Amino acid sequence: MKAACWMGKKHMEVQRVPDPRILNPRDCIVRVTATAICGSDLHLYDGYIPTMEKGDILGHEFMGEVVEVGSEVKKRKVGDRVVVPFTISCGSCWHCARQQWSCCDNTNPNAGLLEALNGYSGAALYGYSHLYGGYAGGQAQYVRVPFADIGPIKIESDLPDEKVLFLSDIFPTGYMAAENCDIEPGRSVVAVWGCGPVGQFAIRSALLLGASKVIAIDNVPERLRMAEAGGAVTINHDEVDDVLERLKALTGGRGPDAAIDAVGMEAHGSAYDQVKQTLRLENDRPYALRQAMRAVRKGGVLSVPGVYSGFIDKVPFGAVFGKGVTIKQGQTHMHRYLRPLLELVEDGKIDPSFVITHRVPLSHAPQAYAMFAEKRDGCIKVVLDPSV
Amino acid sequence: MPTTPASRRSSRRPSPEVEDAPTKVSARKHVSPSRIVVKGDRGVKITRAVTIRRPAEALYAFWRDLPNLAQIVKHPVEITRVSELASHWAVSAPGDRRVEWDAVVINDEPGRLLAWRSREDAEVPNAGTVRFSAAPGDEGTEVVVTLEYNPPAGKLGAWFAKLSGEEPGQQVGDALRRFKALMETGEIPTTEGQPAGAKRKST
Ligand SMILES: NC(=O)c1ccc[n+]([C@@H]2O[C@H](COP(=O)([O-])OP(=O)(O)OC[C@H]3O[C@@H](n4cnc5c(N)ncnc54)[C@H](O)[C@@H]3O)[C@@H](O)[C@H]2O)c1
Ligand SMILES: [Zn+2]
Ligand SMILES: [Zn+2]
Repeated sequence: MKAACWMGKKHMEVQRVPDPRILNPRDCIVRVTATAICGSDLHLYDGYIPTMEKGDILGHEFMGEVVEVGSEVKKRKVGDRVVVPFTISCGSCWHCARQQWSCCDNTNPNAGLLEALNGYSGAALYGYSHLYGGYAGGQAQYVRVPFADIGPIKIESDLPDEKVLFLSDIFPTGYMAAENCDIEPGRSVVAVWGCGPVGQFAIRSALLLGASKVIAIDNVPERLRMAEAGGAVTINHDEVDDVLERLKALTGGRGPDAAIDAVGMEAHGSAYDQVKQTLRLENDRPYALRQAMRAVRKGGVLSVPGVYSGFIDKVPFGAVFGKGVTIKQGQTHMHRYLRPLLELVEDGKIDPSFVITHRVPLSHAPQAYAMFAEKRDGCIKVVLDPSV
Repeated sequence: MPTTPASRRSSRRPSPEVEDAPTKVSARKHVSPSRIVVKGDRGVKITRAVTIRRPAEALYAFWRDLPNLAQIVKHPVEITRVSELASHWAVSAPGDRRVEWDAVVINDEPGRLLAWRSREDAEVPNAGTVRFSAAPGDEGTEVVVTLEYNPPAGKLGAWFAKLSGEEPGQQVGDALRRFKALMETGEIPTTEGQPAGAKRKST
């Protein structure tokens, strides 16, 4: 089959590789019909996540048709059309039982590595470094899916792939980021840093959950326009002197009730962090995070869907402490959201395909990565077609 | 496990962990003389714990049949049952060598505890205990494993140290994680045999 392989920093290749096989009795094999490139993939592409190996197949946003099931698979059947959540969860452990799906105990074969780094290891992820399990990803024609009865959600309706594909990650991720904001319908004001795909879904989810106002911050014009189309008030941080003052002006001086960092470890805006990150003196560039920490109102919530991988510098912890801010974060507890968000799509409350700007053959994945990384050609979200 | 003088001493050792080193795996060695099961003064003692959402009886049953351990230990080990209490263990070592020993169960409280140790003449004297107790809130069972062994001197000793990793507990930790996955989900997570691209593109 064809698969998009990571070959080093800013170097992707589409290669012919063997088809995946069932390796464990609860696995299934999915023939991929649509897959996407995520902002998280850019952290791999840019070389900021350790333990990548040349030849690793990327991709954690994918859907398709079940073509083979393992001997212990009970629910999923050959022919089922499924969307697969990007976190691999067992459904049986203490964390899965508490709906903390991304904290699953049992799916990372390299849990020891992550444990050494973080104290404990969470769930494995598709195509996201050996630290996170080393599972081959779904930017490929076929993919092996462990725990076939637990993760994949069957799509019974004839909704096109593009409307349901993002249940695999960014819609639930934006939604959880908004849910974490404890929105009081009709009252809460939510500020969102980053108008990439995750930010876009966070904006729309916050409004669906009843936020009275959403303020979106970025400096990419087409992304700000998309945020406005989704109902947000926007701030181009290149065009204002002080984002904080602007936010105060828009919130009667109180500050936003909740702040969402949908930027993550590669924020732009701070030469200091850029240099330190390049020299590996710092894992992440927490520029947006610092701003969000200072901007959120007293007693408010800081919600962090943006990915951080390690140690960060000069974090104004005193600001979040001094204001009694609650911080909520993490990889999305995907399985919680699949059913309810599919219903929102089926009921026509949201059409997630709004975010797609490019449709590209899988064989052009290397060019698509470069375009998305450099935000060229108005690129916001790329969907890859594995059939070509 | 009754606290031995050795383990009490080892627990007072200052921890060599470097709290703020981002990627360095800390070496948490509990190297201390043991006077209980493993003779000699260079014994290594490892304790690891895990909570498993299964009743103690089911977990105990797995361990009571010691050959089952070969499923959860990553390094290939052959364990054959010799009698109700005795088993034979064989681990391959470098240079076509095999380290073998006979072990015998020395304590058995069904559903609560199992302890075994190598016979007197073992090349690498070793002993192990596994204890099961109810986890808080009726959510399965806490499993605590303690292993002690006396690494031989010379090359074999160096190899043994390597086998048990920089962090001697890692092998035990990995085995316990695999045990937990097997008990909770019926399988052990793996990616062995999955596709990957060539490191250098062939075409
Ligand atoms: N928690 C999860 O489970 C999860 C899931 C998916 C993605 N993510 C993470 O969410 C983050 C965003 O993902 P994405 O797909 O939207 O990525 P993206 O790279 O397309 O979007 C990031 C956006 O942030 C903007 N930005 C950069 N610096 C900024 C700053 N200082 N202030 C305001 N905006 C700034 C960029 O211009 C860009 O539009 C990434 O870190 C990604 O890894 C997390
Ligand atoms: Zn993603
Ligand atoms: Zn789990």
